[in-house]
Amino acid sequence: MGEAIVVTSGKGGVGKSTTSANVGTALAMTGKKVCLLDTDIGLRNLDVLMGLENRIIYDLVDVIEKSCTLQQALIKDKRCKTLYLLPAAQTKDKSAVDMKQLCWLIAELKETFDYVIVDCPAGIEMGFKNAVSGSDRAIVVTTPENASVRDADRVIGLLEKEEIPQPKLVVNRVRPQMIKEGGMMEIDEVVAVLSIDLLGVIPDDEEVIRSGNLGEPIVLHKKALASKAYQNIARRIQGEAVPLLILEKERTFLRRMKRWLGFT
Amino acid sequence: MGKALKSGVTIKGTKNGLHFLLDETRPFSTILNELKHKLEGSPNIWDGPETHVRIKLGNRQITREEETALRNLFSLRENLIIQSIEASNGKPYLLRNQGINVQAGTVRSGQVLDHRGDLLLLGDVNPGGTVRSTGSIFVLGALRGLGHAGGEGDESAIIAASNLRPTQLRIADVVSRPPDEWTKSEMSGMNFAYLVDGRIVVDKIHHLNRIRPEIEWKENRFRG
Ligand SMILES: Nc1ncnc2c1ncn2[C@@H]1O[C@H](COP(=O)(O)OP(=O)(O)OP(=O)(O)O)[C@@H](O)[C@H]1O
Ligand SMILES: [Mg+2]
Repeated sequence: MGEAIVVTSGKGGVGKSTTSANVGTALAMTGKKVCLLDTDIGLRNLDVLMGLENRIIYDLVDVIEKSCTLQQALIKDKRCKTLYLLPAAQTKDKSAVDMKQLCWLIAELKETFDYVIVDCPAGIEMGFKNAVSGSDRAIVVTTPENASVRDADRVIGLLEKEEIPQPKLVVNRVRPQMIKEGGMMEIDEVVAVLSIDLLGVIPDDEEVIRSGNLGEPIVLHKKALASKAYQNIARRIQGEAVPLLILEKERTFLRRMKRWLGFT
Repeated sequence: MGKALKSGVTIKGTKNGLHFLLDETRPFSTILNELKHKLEGSPNIWDGPETHVRIKLGNRQITREEETALRNLFSLRENLIIQSIEASNGKPYLLRNQGINVQAGTVRSGQVLDHRGDLLLLGDVNPGGTVRSTGSIFVLGALRGLGHAGGEGDESAIIAASNLRPTQLRIADVVSRPPDEWTKSEMSGMNFAYLVDGRIVVDKIHHLNRIRPEIEWKENRFRG
């Protein structure tokens, strides 16, 4: 039986869907059977990021309402043989699904997949609670900004209450130059405040936006730094100890980065 | 039967073992003495198969130290096994005013740690998180959220932290907003906050013994 990992953040727009798409794809690239589950009902966009929008016939709500079978609703990825997407409904709203139904769905998916990546809606209301309640593990995404870190902290507190053990942290949209100039929080500081394990650091990169628009996750462009970062996250999820990436080759920065390497 | 004759320690045999009833009206030290006398005396009474013991405190609550003393006495008799220590209200242990209470873990945004008495928190209080106590608050970590000491009006309560960088502090009913009101040196390092003349003041931790001489350790040593 597989594992369900919810990707959550509290604050909107910090990169949950981007992280879900890339980490899911990266896991599938290592040969694992992966299902991306978009629970952002009414605001679906994982299908767009994956370039699978035009293949949608059924969605999550159809499965729950038994208008179709689970197999019928699963969309096979264009590039990875072992990757599937279960899209959210676009026409319904969040009240269309309750906690029990989503738990059932996730449990069902775990039967066939090694990893179910649950893309969570922003906020801490019902949609969040539903997505979290069926998951075994959690990835908390934040950007190195005060407001985003504050919301991540709130979410980590709520995850503790939901008894999701030790959520892992992804710091997204990091700009080494800006950190150096003091205009952005240091990664160390973010990790110190949130006091959870760091799973990975993703650079802020226009290519991420561009590839998102093209519907092909950046992790597929293996040479990009962001791609390496996502692949490393996938390896760490599978229990490997991979040192953190050096986002910029610069002496003093290098030393600071080295401290992050102590993370396992 | 006259009151003076009643023993402080009453032992009752049941089919599941022995009950030790400790008279709640006598000083605990007297009880311990009597118990010691009973357990040490005439070995052949106590020798025998393993026997479960339930200790009943009545309305008394004991400290952890008193519990240890009690258990040590019973360790004289290897066949007597303490199964439980019970109080009639279900709470045999005293928690308050027995030194400082220690708690560990991060207080995150949206969480509130509410406490009675003096609190030592091993962990951080993050922005948006609240730690509140009727006594003083000591944080072995960073206090970045809201700290409220002396919550029921104790103006002598203090708030100390390894890294005192709160969004707001309150002592009794006085409020202070550090970023606006404090100087830079007050915002860094190991500091504590206390109340003077209805105002919250921040100082280096090594000045605490001057402001609260009653907790200076050097004097305590000679007080006997
Ligand atoms: N590492 C990155 N570098 C540059 N842009 C990024 C990065 N990560 C995400 N983005 C951009 O940020 C925007 C928001 O990303 P995304 O949709 O993944 O966030 P989200 O948390 O899922 O948002 P929502 O809360 O609305 O669901 C997108 O335009 C995306 O391309
Ligand atoms: Mg999203």
